[in-house]
Amino acid sequence: MAKIKFVQFDGTEETVEAENGTSLMNAAFDNGISGIDADCGGECSCATCHVLIDDAWVSKLAPISEQEDSMLDLNPDRASNSRLSCQIPVTEEIDGIVIQMPEFQY
Amino acid sequence: MSEAVDNEKRNFDPYAIPMDGKFNVADGFLFEADEQWKWFERLRNEAPVHFCEESEYGPYWSVTKFEDIMHVDKNHGIYSSEGGITIVDQDEDFPLPMFIAMDPPTHDVQRKTVSPVVAPMNLAKMEGLIRERVCTILDGLPVGEEFDWVNRVSIELTTQMLATLFDFPFEDRAKLTRWSDLATADENSDIVETEEQRREELMECLEYFGRLWQERAGKPGDDLISMLANGESTKDMLERPAEYLGNLILLIVGGNDTTRNSLTGGVLALNQFPEEFDKLKANHDLINSMVPEIIRWQTPLAHMRRIALEDTILNGQTIKKGDKVVMWYVSGNRDEDAIERPNDFIIDRDKPRHHLSFGFGIHRCMGNRLGEMQLRIAWEEILKRFDHIEVVSEPKRVISAFVKGYTEMPVILHAKK
Ligand code: HEM
Ligand code: FES
Repeated sequence: MAKIKFVQFDGTEETVEAENGTSLMNAAFDNGISGIDADCGGECSCATCHVLIDDAWVSKLAPISEQEDSMLDLNPDRASNSRLSCQIPVTEEIDGIVIQMPEFQY
Repeated sequence: MSEAVDNEKRNFDPYAIPMDGKFNVADGFLFEADEQWKWFERLRNEAPVHFCEESEYGPYWSVTKFEDIMHVDKNHGIYSSEGGITIVDQDEDFPLPMFIAMDPPTHDVQRKTVSPVVAPMNLAKMEGLIRERVCTILDGLPVGEEFDWVNRVSIELTTQMLATLFDFPFEDRAKLTRWSDLATADENSDIVETEEQRREELMECLEYFGRLWQERAGKPGDDLISMLANGESTKDMLERPAEYLGNLILLIVGGNDTTRNSLTGGVLALNQFPEEFDKLKANHDLINSMVPEIIRWQTPLAHMRRIALEDTILNGQTIKKGDKVVMWYVSGNRDEDAIERPNDFIIDRDKPRHHLSFGFGIHRCMGNRLGEMQLRIAWEEILKRFDHIEVVSEPKRVISAFVKGYTEMPVILHAKK
């Protein structure tokens, strides 16, 4: 179990609890959190589940795979804390994480 | 067109022939007759990864299940786009390099330079102008009188939108449609008489855009040409004319045929599924989920192709290095194992964007949000004006196993009561 705080682009905050083993993308979806499209359904192939990770948490996450890196790279707005939420598993270690939604998905 | 006559006598029943190395779906006439569905159904059921030993495009693999297509699209390190993305091999003496047909790292560099032009920020800026142009076209249509939807609406609308994107001289915009048609012309079509004529016209395209480039170099702007002419990694592209032409054609074709045929396909779908039309009329908000559903149902590009860079196994079949692999999006989008009631047009699906029409992976359509925006605006304005768009006879379809679309569709508009 982990608590995850999603912060929308307009500043609205929502905190959800997610089971271990699911992904951040699914955690958002299952809880009706908007701001993520996830067109490919978690296959790391669409980059529409883009999120920005609160700086304090960036280094605590599993490293970016080659595939994720090349998908993130399609986004001209990629930032140093950009990640694809379908590629981040929920674990005890990320309990309390803060996730910022980007303005757009594309 | 003598072929069309012969065509009527052809037997299109896929179950009348054996499922072997001669089973060939890459046949433009099959698509023109809209008879491809059962062929793909049979492939999905009996040979989801199937090798066709001989066709007019040489031997090739057909991949027809949603999941297998996703696998190929994802694994660009094994399945290369280099050299061409349709089943037709590129012309060796007249290559048109474009990033859709390149692998990393060149692909990534080039895509990055042009993609900001279709970024959501920029799209938002364009929305007003696009809507204005849509309104003008729709307001000029006759009500209660038969006309061709393809010509008067779909082509006109997408051409004007393209002109907006390129900031192309408005009065010359018909050239854009012509160039798009030329670039995708199937050798069986009557769009162009000879290969020489085709090349000549494409050179004219290059000259025209060369002039626009010269005018805009050094003056940053929001249109595509200005972006290319001034972008750090593209500003010397004019010295590589084939590459410049390739990228232009990519953007013209990418943004033209596909949206055009979705505009026609949507009208056709709503006629074939009238209860969905009723739903839509009762709730215009459904446009948002209808638009991706139109794109799935239509699948404007029937396939994309790759070349295997190494021996590999796909769903039990051994694909050899150098083999041509065709991902049939048109089939994956009708795969029961991935999509519920896939043959039905349902405008309020749960996850309407879970379809293959834009591809997936690093080549995923760069203009997908733009395409959707154009359709959304068109439908918002259509619903404000008309009660019904009645398709009065079967549309005529494009002879192509790549561009899945229409050349003509007679309709009658009914005014709002
Ligand atoms: C309904 C409309 C559209 C459909 C169905 C569509 C479909 C596709 C498909 C299937 C691909 C290739 C994916 C692959 O090779 O795996 C693609 C790529 C591309 N599309 Fe679209 N497209 C549409 C609209 C547009 C528009 C409006 C533009 C205009 C900017 C555009 C520009 C491109 C570009 C530049 C690529 C190459 C991307 C790359 O290789 O990285 N498309 N599109
Ligand atoms: S859901 Fe498609 S990349 Fe994450």
